[in-house]
Amino acid sequence: MLAALSLLGVPPAHADETTPKEPPKVELVLDISGSMRARDIEGHSRISVLQQSFNDVLDALPSEAQVGIRVLGATYPGNSKAVGCKDTQQLVPIGPIDKLEAKTAVATLRPTGFTPVGLALRAAARDLGTGETTRRIVLITDGEDTCAPPDPCEVARELAAQGTHLVVDTLGLTLNDKVRRQLTCIASATGGTYTAVTSKTQLTNRINQLVDRAATTYTQTPAQVDGTDNCTGAPLLGPGAYTDREQLQEHRWYRVPVRDGQELRASVSVSLDRALNRDYGVLLRAVSQDGRELVRGTDAGSDRTDVLSTGLRWSAEQDAPDQTVCLVVSNSFSSPTATTAATPGMPLELIVGVVDSSPAPNGPDLGRGWGLLGLLALAGLVGGLLFGWLARWRVSIWRAN
Amino acid sequence: MRTTSVRRCAGALSAAAAALLLSAGPAAADTASPSPSTSDSLAPATTAGSSFLTATAVQPEQPVQLAGSTGDYLYWSFTAEAGQTDKIAITVTLPPAASRHGASNWAVDVFDGLRRRQACTAGAQTPTAAAGAASVTLGCTLRQVRAWAEPWSGDPLPGTYYIRLAVTGLPEQDLGLPMQVAMRITAHDSDDIQPEGGELKAPLTQPVSAGTVLTSAPPVAAEEEKDTGWNWDWLPDLSARWAWTAIGGAIAAVTGVGGYSLTRHPRRRMSNPDGFNRPSSTTRQDHPVNIT
Repeated sequence: MLAALSLLGVPPAHADETTPKEPPKVELVLDISGSMRARDIEGHSRISVLQQSFNDVLDALPSEAQVGIRVLGATYPGNSKAVGCKDTQQLVPIGPIDKLEAKTAVATLRPTGFTPVGLALRAAARDLGTGETTRRIVLITDGEDTCAPPDPCEVARELAAQGTHLVVDTLGLTLNDKVRRQLTCIASATGGTYTAVTSKTQLTNRINQLVDRAATTYTQTPAQVDGTDNCTGAPLLGPGAYTDREQLQEHRWYRVPVRDGQELRASVSVSLDRALNRDYGVLLRAVSQDGRELVRGTDAGSDRTDVLSTGLRWSAEQDAPDQTVCLVVSNSFSSPTATTAATPGMPLELIVGVVDSSPAPNGPDLGRGWGLLGLLALAGLVGGLLFGWLARWRVSIWRAN
Repeated sequence: MRTTSVRRCAGALSAAAAALLLSAGPAAADTASPSPSTSDSLAPATTAGSSFLTATAVQPEQPVQLAGSTGDYLYWSFTAEAGQTDKIAITVTLPPAASRHGASNWAVDVFDGLRRRQACTAGAQTPTAAAGAASVTLGCTLRQVRAWAEPWSGDPLPGTYYIRLAVTGLPEQDLGLPMQVAMRITAHDSDDIQPEGGELKAPLTQPVSAGTVLTSAPPVAAEEEKDTGWNWDWLPDLSARWAWTAIGGAIAAVTGVGGYSLTRHPRRRMSNPDGFNRPSSTTRQDHPVNIT
């Protein structure tokens, strides 16, 4: 049991020993717009804090990290919105980074133009390309997008829906309300985080943390699957992690083959990537082919949260025929506005496991019955014999002396 | 009175043996549990995952210390075995009160390997930090992990457990501010494993690698030969109960003989109370073991 646990029970972060197909990729998107001149972080200008912090970040980068840098609003000083809102360039292409070159490139940046965040996000997603592994964008900005449309939050949701496994972490260099709302919206749409930067140390530590996180995230990308609206045509899933999208109040069906003597295990997490009404829930049911419910898992909540998860176990009675079990994921989310209810659906993560079933134990033996009486009688007999022999042996030794 | 002395010696001996056997149980259990002094060797963890799949694996007694932003969802995972009771203690150092706009609600949620919510039997699971508070303390004591449970039950089982720390309610302006998190899991092991004899064939640990969509049900593996001659299934499991019962039976036999011998020669015993101090002084022929 202990051995089994130490072999199988390893926490998931270390469970995947397979070598990755491609290295983790991160792109840092820096806002170099005119507003970066403001001197409000510990008395220094935002751009100087960013540049100093970047020196430290680049020093701390592991050599195998594949990091690229993109800037926005860095070149066009004019007033034309049409031109200024296309102002985004890749400063350092994604790959093994030349630290000295990157430092020089960042150090020479001067605050200049507009803030086309939405466009920069799209471009960054293009830079990162598509692939099996998760990509991370770290967006560092001080101003709200002055170029919408496209609205950066819509862009983030659209990028997340493309199935390219993109996570956007945002860092705001100002405590402005509008900036914060926009950045939290981008972060939650892609499963990223938002940080309000108040000091240089905090900025450095946070960027380091996010780049490190890319290294742990990228191998853990689940397979894409499309659930159907009934059981018959549903995709047949083997053990492993899957990802899908589910709209509000939609039902998604999947099938899992379960043999005699096997136990089905399924977990589901639905990410709350948009503004939703206060009370919500998620329901995972296992249903037999003939529509009989086997078991259900459910969770509900009403607080701020990132995902809502539930899971279930099910195994057939002994010597049942092999069968295919249908899994259906449903939710009771509702949206305050009609627009957020539209496609794409909310990200759904489904983990399927099929293991040996664990039959019920027989319960404690020897509490009662003939076995107990027999054992007691035998123990008494043996005890009496031993005691008697011991006594006789002691006496015979004494007599011999 | 020679035999009386023999019997008294043997009685004392068996009593000592019984005491030794009785004390052996708990003593063995003590040595099986890991000593808390091993905690010193564990390096502190300084990371946390951002989802179930990326949860940072930590061990009981391993200190966790990291900086984060309010609004982050921090995930850790740990492995628990049957009989274990885990206690989670978290301290969050909040952003400076001057930069905050009101009270905040915090929550530590614990999920089992199937991401099912687990109940806390004690601890401040969802505390509220006052607007001026410098830190907030969260705690959760889980139920004792059971060795086996029916698939339909939500009982805690051996396998992975996930911890999620998050702020569940706060003024919107306070998102993203810097905070410090310290966490520690304490595990208490017990050999009182319930249900006795139950065993979960595979711990509750879900795969993290990407799955594959099958085109058809996988072929059934060749059925193994089931009847290979001798079958020992009819033999009962030799659990600790058998040892305890057998020892109990033997002690009962010995104490029975002891009690019987106490009632055997009351008058003679009273007339010669220190007989066993002078074993060679008398040559009584009345005892069965002395028949020549």
